[in-house]
Amino acid sequence: MGSPQAAVEIVGLVKKYGAKTAVDGLDLRVDAGTVTAVLGPNGAGKTSTIEVCEGYRRADGGSVRVLGLDPAADGERLRPRIGVMLQSGGVYAGARAEEMLRHVAKLHAHPLDVPMLIERLGLESCGRTTYRRLSGGQQQRLALALAVVGRPELVFLDEPTAGLDPQARHATWDLIRDLREDGVTVVLTTHLMDEAEKLSDDVHIVDRGRVIASGSPEALCRDGAENSLRFAGPPGLDLTAMVAALPVGAKAFEVARGAYRVEGDIDPQLLATVTAWCAQHGVMPEKLTVERRTLEDVFLELTGRELRA
Amino acid sequence: MTATGTFAPKPGAAPLGRMIAAQTALETKMLLRNGEQLLLTIVIPTLLLVLFSTVDVVDVGELAPGQDRVDFLAPGLLALAVLSTAFTGQAIATGFERRYGVLKRLGATPLPRWGLMLAKTGCVLIVEALQIALLTAIAFALGWSPHGNPFAVVLLLVLGTAAFSGLGLLMAGTLRAEATLAAANLVFILLLVCGGVIVPLDKFPAGIAAVLELTPIAALSDGLRDVLQHGTTMPWTDAGILAIWSVVGLAAAAKFFRWE
Repeated sequence: MGSPQAAVEIVGLVKKYGAKTAVDGLDLRVDAGTVTAVLGPNGAGKTSTIEVCEGYRRADGGSVRVLGLDPAADGERLRPRIGVMLQSGGVYAGARAEEMLRHVAKLHAHPLDVPMLIERLGLESCGRTTYRRLSGGQQQRLALALAVVGRPELVFLDEPTAGLDPQARHATWDLIRDLREDGVTVVLTTHLMDEAEKLSDDVHIVDRGRVIASGSPEALCRDGAENSLRFAGPPGLDLTAMVAALPVGAKAFEVARGAYRVEGDIDPQLLATVTAWCAQHGVMPEKLTVERRTLEDVFLELTGRELRA
Repeated sequence: MTATGTFAPKPGAAPLGRMIAAQTALETKMLLRNGEQLLLTIVIPTLLLVLFSTVDVVDVGELAPGQDRVDFLAPGLLALAVLSTAFTGQAIATGFERRYGVLKRLGATPLPRWGLMLAKTGCVLIVEALQIALLTAIAFALGWSPHGNPFAVVLLLVLGTAAFSGLGLLMAGTLRAEATLAAANLVFILLLVCGGVIVPLDKFPAGIAAVLELTPIAALSDGLRDVLQHGTTMPWTDAGILAIWSVVGLAAAAKFFRWE
């Protein structure tokens, strides 16, 4: 095993549903103690992968180790050590929020303090409300509470903030940060790029059943980056001399009347070259900005823009 | 905010007995809180017992001297109580738990699946005990004078519970929740009318009666009646029919039950 220790280690995972291959040779590693986001378009194989890790589905190929155990064979030993948040449902329609949380707490040896968890997730007003009468956001927070109440080493959160209002989303993010702080490994799937960017140590982008990019959000945004520099100036400037002075591969063009863009590996040296050229030509570069790619740019670049099923 | 270390991992399953007891308690609470379930398991059997014992609307066949209508009806309604809880109620509740991901969610907790099934059985037995206590008290108030061997009665009730549970879980674990709801209620009504619960089977044409006798509800109500009304020591045929249904139903449920 490499260091640090792997909480999840997936090699060549294959999962088929009939003739359809949902996961197609997926490799993924989650370091213990990290928050790891699994991103991907709908139908990319995220949930299938997570559900194999949780022991819900059997792999059709490859190997999966979760906390060093095989989820299919060692489920009974693994289950007490992991927390699971499903995308939806999972609670008796007639159960009250607090009742369900207390129940799942009772199934564990050293559960968290239930009132504390209720307060942390802003569920105080829902204690006596039955599940079917909770709002979508409240149901979501209850599902998160159920995932962590047993004090697991590793939690799987399937779209933990889908449908939450900004306050609830921040409460959820704070909780995830605290979990990490206290040494809990968190694996989450999400569609929200800012969520992945803000929360995670590592991001894995999954498409068509494979991981197509992995790394920290910073590294993913930097790697092969086509960052750009923009400024506004008088229209119709001749950029030939500037391009000649730029490093090989960098480009400069007037994208709209009086709006200029320089593309390439934007570093301090390049910035100095551009401003020196502006000084020589008596151009005041207004609104000069360096644009970094966001995770969303990277994601769309890698997975394309067409809509998925 | 929360102090550091609050969420520090300290995983572990609760002791098995505690998990199963907690699950049984929760399942029972959910059932007793559900109005439709109470209607099915408590109100209907009680109402039928009182109504048909006091009002002469069904022909219960010939009664031995000193016997009352309630002596025919009480065993039938005990059988109906078992049917309503072990089959109809359990099928509907489990069907919707499957539909709403409750079974899936519980599958990720330390509670093993067999523990969940044990808890469901515990819940059924608790509710049946409540039903039997209530129906027995009402029947005594209506002048019931039961006979026979209490152990034979318990054996028949247990076999009936096993048979109906197997069939109910088979339905809940294979059909859509809405289909289970409709089918379980339909079967309840059909068996109530045609299963010897309130209408004696000999009121049906002989050929049809011979088939109906093989249903688990007829075996249970007939067996209970043999013991409680006629004082038979042990109705082996009926017990045998129930045993076969139990084996077939539970085996099929174990094989075909899908958790999500």
